[in-house]
Amino acid sequence: MSTTTDTAQVEQTVYKSLETFGADPSEINRDASFEALDVDSLDLAELSQIVEDEYGVKFKSSDVENLKTVGDAIDFIVANK
Amino acid sequence: MSGRPDNAAIIVTGAARGIGAASVQELAADGWAVAVLHRNGRGDAETLAQQIVDAGGRAIPIRADLREPAEVEQAFEAAQQELGPVLGLVNNAGVRADNLALSISDEDWQLVLDTNLSAAFRLTRRAMRGMLRARFGRIVNVASVVGPRANPGQANYAASKAGLIGMTKTVAAEVARKGVTVNAVAPGFIATEMTKDVPPEVLEAVPARRAGQPQEVAACVRFLASDAAAYVTGTTLYVDGGMSA
Repeated sequence: MSTTTDTAQVEQTVYKSLETFGADPSEINRDASFEALDVDSLDLAELSQIVEDEYGVKFKSSDVENLKTVGDAIDFIVANK
Repeated sequence: MSGRPDNAAIIVTGAARGIGAASVQELAADGWAVAVLHRNGRGDAETLAQQIVDAGGRAIPIRADLREPAEVEQAFEAAQQELGPVLGLVNNAGVRADNLALSISDEDWQLVLDTNLSAAFRLTRRAMRGMLRARFGRIVNVASVVGPRANPGQANYAASKAGLIGMTKTVAAEVARKGVTVNAVAPGFIATEMTKDVPPEVLEAVPARRAGQPQEVAACVRFLASDAAAYVTGTTLYVDGGMSA
């Protein structure tokens, strides 16, 4: 699978999860910060579990602290797949 | 606010006898598919599960030593595979190893804390994954009146049960907005195998002047696990004949 496909797939998973958490779909994009989307630490913990289940990527607490934007999370997942 | 999905399963630990077994019966009667977890009560657990199946319900016995994290994980997976998504959890398994604090060995301290508290935490952490995604979950921790109040000779037990209540409150606050409730029941003197060596004089401290029955605790567990208790979270329900009043 190409990196482009990987990124698109991960992006879809992350966007879908953020919608489930209650983020406004029209505001979800790579540059959006989790803070602006009103996504909190529990949501990010849940996202970590979803990503672990779907892609086998494990987040450490320190990794999560460094993720500020949606793009940060997508890039981290793709880089650690 | 979502209600319990039809295929939801609930795990009850320490379920072969006493409060655990009574809770299994109440929860099955309320429509839950029940995983009857036990460590050394195979015969009782199998009979209990069969009774529920015969009555038209769903239940399976699962053996696990909850002090072993790998067995906790295996038991959880087995429950999920056999019964459906685990959206309920009753942390009931508990042991006593009484002595004055001065004489409690490291082993007896660890045994009680591992079984009564750490195992409950591990199961809670595991179960919350699915509960959060389902936006529905019910966790009921079986604590005790001992912990919130002193009981000489039970420093280890009291620490484990007070810890369980503390964990209940904090986890409840963490996940409340996701439709998951976490509560505790605190039984007083209940007539079970675990209390058969407790001297009858203890009843003098009980305003109701009698021991409680496991079914009376189980009825509270059933309520806290029900849709009706959706707005009840982080609380401890005392079932003690007025002992804590």
